Amino acid sequence: MTVYLDHAATTPMRPEAVEAMLPYFSERFGNASGSHAVAREARKALDEARDIVADCLGASPGEIVFTGGGTEADNLAIAGRHAARPGAAVCTAVEHHAVLHACEALPDARIVPVRSDGVVDMDALAGVLDPSVSVVSVMLANNEVGTIQPLAEIAEVVRAAAPDAVLHTDAVQAFSWLDVVHAASPADLVAVSAHKFGGPKGVGALVVRNGITVEPIIRGGGQERDRRSGTYNVAGIVGMAAAMQATVAQRATTVERVAGLRDRLADGLLAAVPRSSETGRRVDKIAGNCHLCFEGVESEALLMLLDGAGVCAAAGSACQAGSVEPSHVLTAMGVPAGRAIGALRLSLGSTTTPADVDLALEVIPPAVERLRSAP
Amino acid sequence: MSGGVDSSVAAALLLEAGHDVVGVTMRLWEGDVEGTCCSVAEIDDARRVAQQLGIDHWVFRFTDDFEERVVQPYAAAHAAGLTPNPCIECNRHLKFDRLLRRATQLGFDAVATGHHARVRSENGRMQLLRGADPAKDQSYVLYILGQEQLARCLFPVGEITKADVRARAAELGLRTAAKPDSVEVCFVTASGGREDLLRARVGLRPGRVVDATGNVVGRVDATELVTVGQRRGLGLGGGERRYALSVDPAAGTVVVGGLADLLSDTVGLTGLTWVDAAARGAVLAQCSAHGPAFEAEFDGGLLRFAEAHRRVAPGQSVVLYRGDEVLGGGIAA
Repeated sequence: MTVYLDHAATTPMRPEAVEAMLPYFSERFGNASGSHAVAREARKALDEARDIVADCLGASPGEIVFTGGGTEADNLAIAGRHAARPGAAVCTAVEHHAVLHACEALPDARIVPVRSDGVVDMDALAGVLDPSVSVVSVMLANNEVGTIQPLAEIAEVVRAAAPDAVLHTDAVQAFSWLDVVHAASPADLVAVSAHKFGGPKGVGALVVRNGITVEPIIRGGGQERDRRSGTYNVAGIVGMAAAMQATVAQRATTVERVAGLRDRLADGLLAAVPRSSETGRRVDKIAGNCHLCFEGVESEALLMLLDGAGVCAAAGSACQAGSVEPSHVLTAMGVPAGRAIGALRLSLGSTTTPADVDLALEVIPPAVERLRSAP
Repeated sequence: MSGGVDSSVAAALLLEAGHDVVGVTMRLWEGDVEGTCCSVAEIDDARRVAQQLGIDHWVFRFTDDFEERVVQPYAAAHAAGLTPNPCIECNRHLKFDRLLRRATQLGFDAVATGHHARVRSENGRMQLLRGADPAKDQSYVLYILGQEQLARCLFPVGEITKADVRARAAELGLRTAAKPDSVEVCFVTASGGREDLLRARVGLRPGRVVDATGNVVGRVDATELVTVGQRRGLGLGGGERRYALSVDPAAGTVVVGGLADLLSDTVGLTGLTWVDAAARGAVLAQCSAHGPAFEAEFDGGLLRFAEAHRRVAPGQSVVLYRGDEVLGGGIAA
């Protein structure tokens, strides 16, 4: 039996998404940009998917730009906005690398520190803002520790100090857990990724609110109203829409159920494992995130033992080579190195069951104990 | 598994022998790499071989220890005019310490590598022997292993020749079958070399090249890059062949002399380690990874060669053998 507790990395596809996509790999293979019957069929599916995605994100269909995933959506927001109106790029120190590296690639990147609970330091944010700022990017929920950022409050600070700046939010991790229509409403640009909520990999979207201009970062045939060229990934987009619809329909009940499982998991582990601590404040977190640090243990070794026992978990973000990298998120939160090295991220999802939590609670404490007692 | 042919075949041989095998690649270095074992391409090769063999593959990130235990001491040694051997320090501190401890922690009985050397158990004592292929023997870089480590080490390819290793790899269709052997220090790039690394870490200072009487006879751009025994690159022009006899970066001098001055029949050893009991008396002493082994007598501190040889650069490891058996060794003072 495999217990999958790495939903922040990716989620299993929802059956309704798979089913919705299948015809577009076979009989409905058309290029949605064409005009004949086969193309029109694909176009209809694309248009309908766009309506659904817009509705789920609180946007109008014309505000949706489909992309090749969350990373591209974040890059389009930051590099595309910077190209449209050059200026400083501001982001928090705990952003996903898709945002952090996109900002750092620009001439004037300003990185805002966070407090020890992972929430952005408002005074520091105000301190780096001025009228030259082009884009401010603050993630809605963090991928490692699950902290939710107070976007409305952030938007007020930005509007006051950098009136010409646009506010971008990376809502990739948030979509499964938060009412994004409301939570992301203060942002001008919103990025999501389908595979984080039961959709396929390689498709995402950026909301670009009316009146905001982004320059394309991928040029070509002028699809997506000239904001993102490339033949429409019809199957992927249809799959994303289906997964979004299902996620939104079940969100309230899923959040309540998974939060209960997460609380049992986190509380159980904290009680069973001495010298363990929870990262961030639980009230500020999305329901699926359980992030703990075990002192005197190395994540790499723990993950290998857990894998052997059938538990799929993560330490943070993995590098291309597949090793565990030191977390820039924990560093930014001021977590001491001795604790950060023993980080474990258990991320639950809509398919997580009480039995999954039972097995994790059975397997993890002895694994930590075994590593601690080894010579 | 470094992504090379030896460790690939080592894994295959262990599987054939019925062991429960997991492949591990150590990620040690984050600086520039060009086709050495920490590059993504090499880790990809290791993973692909593991997939071919049907075993799990993990990457362990040990960059902190590598920096502290291998790269920093390497740079410090050059700054002090010594000639270090970082591969031996990596074996000492990473492969056969940190990795071995991690493996034990995870419940594994042994760590196997692709080294060409052999381990034998004789009356309950572990022996370390030269590899079956004399041309590829790597026992020199393993002299730092003791009884406890050898009891948990396997060198499957040490029992066969390199040609057989490649043949086995080809037979199994392993993608690494025809990969060239790695020969360079993994954290030193081919383009920038030692020079760039040391310049960035310890700075390079020019020096005077002097003869035994103190006359300045040449100049070098960086004393830190000069090795005892070196002949070229000392700015000496023509004439009689002269060699670096000693290097003193602090004073900014390199002393040179003729071949006769370079010869010595003794070398003091420090930091001695032994495979089993400390050895005394008649030994064979090997002073470089693939150099010859010379007859010598060891008194516990000073090694006296039967004949004078070119002196061993301070910082180099000297490994003591009896026949094909590694006894231990130390670092030339």
